[in-house]
Amino acid sequence: MDSGEPRILALCCHYCAYAAADLAGSLRLQYPPNVRIIRLPCTGKVDIAYIMHAFEQGIDGVIVAGCLEGGCHFQEGNLRAKKRVGLAKEVLAEAGIEPERLEMFNLSSAQANTFAEIIEEMTERLKKLGPNPLRLALSDK
Amino acid sequence: MIVGHRKHIQEIKQMLAPHKRILVLGCGTCVTVCLAGGEREVGMIASALRIAYRLDKDEREIIEATIERQCENQFIEDAIDEIQNSDAVLSLACGAGVQAIAERFPTKPVYPGLDTKFIGILQEQGIWTEKCIACGKCIVGLYGAVCPLTRCSKGLLSGPCGYSRDGKCEVSPDVECGWQLIYNRLKDIGQLDRLLEPAPLTDWSKSHEGGCRKLIREDQRITLDVEAS
Ligand code: SF4
Ligand code: SF4
Repeated sequence: MDSGEPRILALCCHYCAYAAADLAGSLRLQYPPNVRIIRLPCTGKVDIAYIMHAFEQGIDGVIVAGCLEGGCHFQEGNLRAKKRVGLAKEVLAEAGIEPERLEMFNLSSAQANTFAEIIEEMTERLKKLGPNPLRLALSDK
Repeated sequence: MIVGHRKHIQEIKQMLAPHKRILVLGCGTCVTVCLAGGEREVGMIASALRIAYRLDKDEREIIEATIERQCENQFIEDAIDEIQNSDAVLSLACGAGVQAIAERFPTKPVYPGLDTKFIGILQEQGIWTEKCIACGKCIVGLYGAVCPLTRCSKGLLSGPCGYSRDGKCEVSPDVECGWQLIYNRLKDIGQLDRLLEPAPLTDWSKSHEGGCRKLIREDQRITLDVEAS
């Protein structure tokens, strides 16, 4: 799949973001098909290595999507994820990848519309940024 | 515990410039606890380096390993193959670990991936504070287990300087006055009378000023000289 469209990896928590994505599907909401979702028990499970490896493999953008702040099924998993996303942005910038390619979002399981909007927003953002420079470097080989 | 903090990726890249196959080597002890140089950080730094080099279209190989303790030869043995098969080692240990690897492999370039900060403790999650400057002759017993050399900004041994305000040091409102802490603590343990004693002279000969210190414990040394025993 190299259509020039941005490729997005979404790391979604089981209780909110993934449920919202599921609901978006049930409601037949339209959103850009650029996203691949990986369901995690909680965004607290997000390891910086997941994010770094995704960019290393040439993904254009990564979304970490968890419950609303204060609404985490595991109390503070999403708050921990937020900090890790912050550190990952820092390290990515140092390595030469635009930190805007990575973003954390919070939504409840009922916010199917928000999920669709997030994907739209991120797709637009990544279109402006262009492909992950690493993807180009990889395909040059 | 020895507290360290990662260096900027660009600084690391500069150090590693001459080398092609690089081992990022973590240490499983202090720097794992302070989240600076353990297996996870090795993964993060190695990945960031791979990304940075690939962006430069620079073909380098980054390999990863983490051993229990870099400051001891016995543990270094566990990474012998990885070290030997690399052109250079980026050590994510404290400065002692970095040097231990270099001593064990005399012709191998070894670089620090961390800045070693101090001997300290985890104060609260995400905050580490210095507690000891390793002066070589511990006197905290006289001060209610609060180190005046480390925690008073001027290292005063005979009482506060006179610029303490609301328990904070004149150096910065963020710095606690070490002498206020000493006073509070001695009061709490009923030993305020200790402050009536003149402070001892600091024996700086035990400190770093004389060059590298060495500690020898004959009772722990293994001697093969059977006749001598
Ligand atoms: S008196 Fe010396 S050894 Fe003891 S805590 Fe202070 S600096 Fe460390
Ligand atoms: S204010 Fe307190 S900590 Fe600061 S230099 Fe004076 S005695 Fe030391």
